[in-house]
Amino acid sequence: MAAKTLTIDDKHLSAEEGATLLQAAKEAGITLPTLCHLEGIYDVGACRLCLVEVKGLTKLVPACTTRVAEGMEVLTNSERLRKYRRMTLELLFAERNHICAVCVANGHCELQTLAYSLGMDHVRYEYRTPRWGVDHTHRLFGMDHNRCVLCSRCVRACWHVEGAGTKNVSGRGARAHIITDLNQPWGEADSCTACGKCVQACPTGALFHKGATVGEMVRDRHRLEFLVTARQKKEWITD
Amino acid sequence: MTRNDLLQIQERELAARKKITLRCCQAAGCLSSGAKQVKEQLENAVASAGLSDQVEVRGVGCMKLCCEGPLVQADPRNTLYIRVTEANAPSIINALQGGTAEAQQGDPEAAFFKKQLSIVLANSGVVDPDRIESYIAQDGYQALLGVLRDLTPKDAVEVMVKSGLRGRGGAGFPTGLKWGTVAKSTGLKKYVICNADEGDPGAFMDRSVLESDPHCILEGMAIAAYAVGADQGYIYVRAEYPLAITRLQTAIKQAKQLGLLGAGIFESPFHFNIEIRIGAGAFVCGEETALIASVEGKRGTPRPRPPFPAESGLFGCPTLINNVETFANVPPIFRHGAEWFARVGTEKSKGTKVFALAGKVRNTGLVEVPMGTPLRVIAEEMGGGAPAGGRIKAVQTGGPSGGCIPAEHLDTPVDYESLGQLGSIMGSGGMIVMDETTRMVEVARFFMEFCMDESCGKCIPCRAGTVQMHHLLDKIARQQGTRDDLTKLEELCDLVKNTSLCGLGQTAPNPTLSTLRFFRHEYEALLQPETGWHRNEATSPQPTATG
Ligand SMILES: Cc1cc2nc3c(=O)[nH]c(=O)nc-3n(C[C@H](O)[C@H](O)[C@H](O)COP(=O)(O)O)c2cc1C
Ligand code: SF4
Ligand code: SF4
Ligand code: FES
Repeated sequence: MAAKTLTIDDKHLSAEEGATLLQAAKEAGITLPTLCHLEGIYDVGACRLCLVEVKGLTKLVPACTTRVAEGMEVLTNSERLRKYRRMTLELLFAERNHICAVCVANGHCELQTLAYSLGMDHVRYEYRTPRWGVDHTHRLFGMDHNRCVLCSRCVRACWHVEGAGTKNVSGRGARAHIITDLNQPWGEADSCTACGKCVQACPTGALFHKGATVGEMVRDRHRLEFLVTARQKKEWITD
Repeated sequence: MTRNDLLQIQERELAARKKITLRCCQAAGCLSSGAKQVKEQLENAVASAGLSDQVEVRGVGCMKLCCEGPLVQADPRNTLYIRVTEANAPSIINALQGGTAEAQQGDPEAAFFKKQLSIVLANSGVVDPDRIESYIAQDGYQALLGVLRDLTPKDAVEVMVKSGLRGRGGAGFPTGLKWGTVAKSTGLKKYVICNADEGDPGAFMDRSVLESDPHCILEGMAIAAYAVGADQGYIYVRAEYPLAITRLQTAIKQAKQLGLLGAGIFESPFHFNIEIRIGAGAFVCGEETALIASVEGKRGTPRPRPPFPAESGLFGCPTLINNVETFANVPPIFRHGAEWFARVGTEKSKGTKVFALAGKVRNTGLVEVPMGTPLRVIAEEMGGGAPAGGRIKAVQTGGPSGGCIPAEHLDTPVDYESLGQLGSIMGSGGMIVMDETTRMVEVARFFMEFCMDESCGKCIPCRAGTVQMHHLLDKIARQQGTRDDLTKLEELCDLVKNTSLCGLGQTAPNPTLSTLRFFRHEYEALLQPETGWHRNEATSPQPTATG
C-alpha cells in the first residue's frame, strides 16, 4: 500500500494510504479529543470534537472521517479549536443531567475526562434539566437517558458488531433519544441478545450493568476492538 | 415511439385546438379557493351555451398571481379574470358572446407579469398537467429526442457545462460539473435523483413546477440519466404535496405508455425508469446525503462528505442529485441551445430564478426573473410594494439558511454572489417581504426555532447549540437579555456555523447573524440596562477551575 507524507502540528510523518487523520495522529503520538469514535466500529463524524484545521480548506474537518492526503498540513490544537471544543462540551453538559457525583461512571467517564483535559471548568449556558427516564427493565443492564450524549456508539456496536439491530435513534433534535426495538422497554426487546456490547461501547454512565453503584461502572472497551480485529484480520491480539 | 409518432401527436393536438381557450388554474393555491368548482361551472356554461366546438376549458398549472385566485384567462383575447367564483363563472362565457362578465378583471399587462421571463415556468399555466399530449404540443420530449439522436453522453454534459446553469437547490453548484463528475465515476449502476423535498418555510416554487408541468421534470431527468449513464431515477417528493404526487404518478404512467420512459426510448438502446419516493417528513431529508439514506429506507440523517453522492450515493453507487427547478431548466436548454441560455442572467449566474414572493407585499405568488434583476424590481414593481400605508423594511431570502436584506440594499441584483456578500443566500427561492411592523429579533427567533425543531440531532453543535441560541434569542426578545447574553449568542453563532456536520447547522445562524449585522440596534434596545455587575464582568477575574 502506498504511503502518504503529511504534517500534523509541525510533525512530519507518513501514513498508510486510506488511513484517517485520527489514525495518523495517533501513530505520531498526537492525541485528539474524540467522543463518537470508538476503535472497532466505523466512524460517523458526529461529535465534532476531533475537528482539525487543514491548510487550504476553509472548513474544519473531522479527523476521524478524513483520509490522509499527500502534503496535507494539519493543525490539531489551535486556540480556535480549543475554544470550540470547550464550548461543545459546555453544550453537552447543559443539555441533559450530568451529575458526576452520583454517576455509576464517575472516574471512568469519557465525557468527564474530556472536560478535565480540555479545561472545561464551568458551563456558561443554561442547564436544560430535561426529564429523561431510566430504563431498568432489562435483566442485566440499565439505561439512564439523562446521561446519554447521543454518540450512537451503542447503536453501531449493536448493529455492526453484534448484528442484533436492537438499538436505534428515534426523534430528532433535542428530542432525539436511544430506543430499543420499536420503542419498547429494553426488557421486552426480543432482538436483544444480552451480549452487553452496547454497555462496553458507552462513553458515559448512560448504559451500565445492573447493580453498579457510584463509580463502579468500569468498562472493557478493548473487547470490541479485539472482536472486530479477530473477525476481519483473523488476528487474536490480547494484551 | 419514433420521431414521427411524437410529431403526429403534436399535430393532432394542435389541430384539435378550438377558437377560444379558457385557461383555468388548477394548482394548489387556486384549488384551495374553489378553482375546481369554477372549472366545472365554466364547462357547464360552455355546454349549455352550445359553444363546445368553439371553446376549450383547459385545466392548467399555476398562473403565478396566487393571491388573486382562482384565476381564469381567456385566449386569444388576453383577458384575465381574478377571484372568480362559482356564481360569476357563467358570466365569463356570456362575455365571450358580447355580454359583460361579472367576474373581476386583472391586468395581464401589469409589471407583475410583464417583468417575468419564463423558462422554467414557460408551460406553467399553459399546458394541462394531466395530459401528456398537452406537453407534447409545446414541443415536449423533443429535447430528449434530439439528445438521444444527435448527442453522445459526453456532448450532453458539455452542453450543460456551456449553459452555465447552477443548481437551484440552494448552494448554486455548477450543474454541468456535477453531471460530468457522475459521468466519470465508474460503476455498473448509477442513479439520478430529483430533490423535491422543498422544506423551506414560505417556498413553493418546486411544488408549482411539479403540479404545473410534471413532464418537464421527467424529460429533464431522462436527459440527465443519458448524460451520466444512469438507468434508474427517483423523485423524492415531500408527503405534504399530495397533488404534486398524483400528477407525477399520472405523468409517469403516461410517459411509460408512450414509451418515453422504460426500455429502448425512441428506439435507442437507452433505458430509464422513474419511481416516486415519498418524503419522510423532516426538513433535513432535503439534504442530499440524508435524502439518500431515506430513499434507502434508513433514518434520514446527513453524513460527512466526502465521499460526495456523485462518487458514492444511493446504495453506494454514483448518484446525480439535482433540484426540481434545476431539472426543469434542462429541456429548454437542450431545445434552444446552451448559448441561448447563457445569454440570460449575469456573468456568473445564468438563466432565470423562480421566487415564491410572499409576506407584506400587494402581489404574492410566483415570479420568474432573469438573474441579476434588482430586488427592488421584484419587491416594489412586481410585488407592488408593501400594502397601504406600509414601507418595505427588509427582504428575506434563503429561508432558515438565509438572511434579511435591509431596504437600503434593495438595488442589489439577485445573483449568487451579490446575495452572499450581504450575508444572505439565493437559497431555493423563498422571498419574504417585511414591512416596518416586523421586529427583527422575532424574525431571528422564528427561524432559529425552525432550525432547532428540524435539527436531526446527530451532531452536538447543531442539536444543542440551536437550543441555546433559541433560548438566548427568546430571552432577548422578552427583554430579559443582557449584554453578556448577546455576546454568548454571537459566540454560539460562530461555533455552530463552523463546526456543524451539515448545511442545516452550518447555516442555522445566518438569519441571526444577518439581522445582527443590519439591525443590531433592535437587539440592543431590548437588552436589560447594564448593572454594575455586568459592567465589571469583563475586567473581573474569571472563575477558576474547581475540579
Ligand atoms: C438542511 C438542508 C435542506 C435541503 N433541502 C433541500 C430541498 O428541499 N430541495 C433541494 O433541492 N435541495 C435541498 N438542499 C440542498 C441539497 O442538499 C442539494 O444540494 C441539492 O438537492 C442539489 O441540487 P442542485 O445542485 O440542483 O441545487 C438542502 C440542503 C440542506 C443542508
Ligand atoms: S447510550 Fe451511551 S453509547 Fe449510546 S448514544 Fe447514549 S452515550 Fe452514546
Ligand atoms: S448540522 Fe444539524 S441537521 Fe445537520 S447533521 Fe448536525 S444535527 Fe443533524
Ligand atoms: S470523534 Fe470525530 S467527530 Fe466524533
